[in-house]
Amino acid sequence: MKIRATAAIMECLLEQEVDTIFGYPGGTILNLYDELYRYQDRIRHVLTAHEQGAAHAADGYARSTGRVGVCFATSGPGATNLTTGIATAHLDSSPVVFITCNVGESLLGKDSFQEVDTTGIAMPITKATYLVRDPQTIPDVMRQAFAVAATGRPGPVLIDFLKNVTAPDVMIDYEFVPWNQNRACSSIQALASSHALKAPEPDQGDIDTLVDMIAQSERPLLICGGGVVRGKADQVFRKFAEKLDAPVAITVMGGGGFPGSHPLTTGMIGMHGSQASNVACAECDLLIAVGCRFSDRVALDPATFASQAKVVQIDIDRAEIDKNVLTDHHIIGSAKRVLTLLNEKMPQYDHTAWKEHILPMRAPSVAEDSPKLTPQQVLEVIRLQAPHDTIVATDVGQHQMWSIKYLHFDYPGQLLTSGGFGTMGFGLGAAIGAQMGNPDKRVVHVTGDGCFRMNCHELCTVEHYGLPIITVIFNNGTLGMVRQWQSLIYGKRYSETTLDRGPDFVKLAEAYGLKGFRVTDRAEMETAFAQALACGSGAVIDCVLDIDEMVRPMVAAGSPITDFLLKEGSK
Amino acid sequence: MKQTISVLVENQAGVLNRITSLFSRRAFNIDSLAVGVTDDPTLSRITIIVDNGNSVVEQVEKQLNKLVEVIKVRTLDENSLIGRELMIIKVSANKSSREHIMTICSICGAKVADISPTSMTLELSDTPDRVSTFEDMMRPFNILEVARTGVIALQKGGGKI
Repeated sequence: MKIRATAAIMECLLEQEVDTIFGYPGGTILNLYDELYRYQDRIRHVLTAHEQGAAHAADGYARSTGRVGVCFATSGPGATNLTTGIATAHLDSSPVVFITCNVGESLLGKDSFQEVDTTGIAMPITKATYLVRDPQTIPDVMRQAFAVAATGRPGPVLIDFLKNVTAPDVMIDYEFVPWNQNRACSSIQALASSHALKAPEPDQGDIDTLVDMIAQSERPLLICGGGVVRGKADQVFRKFAEKLDAPVAITVMGGGGFPGSHPLTTGMIGMHGSQASNVACAECDLLIAVGCRFSDRVALDPATFASQAKVVQIDIDRAEIDKNVLTDHHIIGSAKRVLTLLNEKMPQYDHTAWKEHILPMRAPSVAEDSPKLTPQQVLEVIRLQAPHDTIVATDVGQHQMWSIKYLHFDYPGQLLTSGGFGTMGFGLGAAIGAQMGNPDKRVVHVTGDGCFRMNCHELCTVEHYGLPIITVIFNNGTLGMVRQWQSLIYGKRYSETTLDRGPDFVKLAEAYGLKGFRVTDRAEMETAFAQALACGSGAVIDCVLDIDEMVRPMVAAGSPITDFLLKEGSK
Repeated sequence: MKQTISVLVENQAGVLNRITSLFSRRAFNIDSLAVGVTDDPTLSRITIIVDNGNSVVEQVEKQLNKLVEVIKVRTLDENSLIGRELMIIKVSANKSSREHIMTICSICGAKVADISPTSMTLELSDTPDRVSTFEDMMRPFNILEVARTGVIALQKGGGKI
């Protein structure tokens, strides 16, 4: 059947059951938006204020729904505005297909208006890029792009269509093939023969070796990494942890992979890891890391990391094995498959003595009374008042660490945070994407005053689409995490981190047509949050906090994991 | 230790860029790199020599394997590979030195590609070591220009990667 090339692009989106896309139109992508106009009853387009917001929204949609996110942008500045969002998705293995258009073939390479080498720029921050110059390849490229984004270790893919490829008079051969049948398509078969498009099957011998290692261990520690979340392996992971009867430390990306309220949880590990997690890491005799790449924020000092332990890495990506920390044993495969096999072969263990040594080190999780509002109080109010399945999107810095420390995440996709790339300004876009993908759930956006200023213009998107997102600003008038380093390491020389400036966030919220609140103590926070939950529209709560609040505990970059620069709870 | 990595890739614009950008992003050093199309016109073979530790080579191989455009990656066994490099070298030559140069050429198996009253241009295809030896032998005659292709290599025997 012959159809318009642009219609084929839309049909290919429908093949993948895409019903929501985020984006921003422009000159070269006009043809695609013209086609989208005809498809508006089947594909909902969310128009953001800025392409970066659209990229984060598609990413947040993908993380919170487990489906592939889709984002449109035009050439030149449209494409370059995406790049921070693409890199954010790449570092956190989030499946997003970015679709851009470029100038036509006759203008290509001539420094034409809004021309840039989009695929060249996106290359190091994507799993794959495609430059489409031949319209007949559209179905192949679209199907391959979605397959690459979603399978194995997920990640972003970029497709750049030349404008002439999308011209309204270009017709191509096209047959609708649902995504679960299109693996038979020639291009995907060719790809599958050279790259395992499905996760590699774990080696039985490797499984047996680990079962033996576990049998010999007296002090095992589990690390729940982002792979548990992306692989939706939370149920089997929980069963594994309970059978192993071992403490479970959770990385930033692992939030939601293991219930934060579970009795075996020791909380975060690494730079701001809890004393329980970090001491367990230093003292364990067997460390099993699942879907964790031992980033420099977890394995601060690879040489001394888990030095008493045999280190075992379970990962879907072979390239992660031995990249940062040398392991004693590894298993390649999806977290779900590997843990299922382990659960079948492993007996129930009892490590009471080890648990009784580690678990009491956990800090009490109740906020102390204080006349001034504290970060822990703000988060406690959110935890007590918001529904248990509330999705939390954060930005980056102190509020991010506090949120992960004091809120509980119980399922994959409940915590949306830029762990790898550390993108300030990620949260609001991600919250918009999450709310679009999860209309029945509550979405709370926790941010700092520095981060919020970066992309707060997306409040117009919140208002326009009637999204009941509650933004909670940890407003300490400073770039808190950088100030914390300046306080502890740079002799209190606060170089350019004091944010003593506008806008008035309450008035800003009101200007965007949203509810605004300012709170200075716990009682005000309780009232404001209750009103925000009930108001039915988006809301912004400006929480006034002390400038010198610090994230505790803290281990300096590159130091052994128990060399605490700041101890838990100490003032 | 130098190691030879043979990579089969899709013969498309931008693939070489993707491979070399992977090397620079991961801070892997390339000693030499040679690219050419294979018997299958849709595929190119890239031969890369790296001089890093074993763990680096292992990382290179794993990272290359993740690229969609990469069909196969193999680190060749140094004891059973045929590696060749082509060098074209231009040296000053006159009536008195021409014969000395020809003697070294016949010892090393180099051919004369061009000659002029004041110079000779020679070509040699051999292992990188022997190509370097030949270059050293030419040094006393005043080298004017050198071009080397970088090594291309295949495994010995009937197998293929």
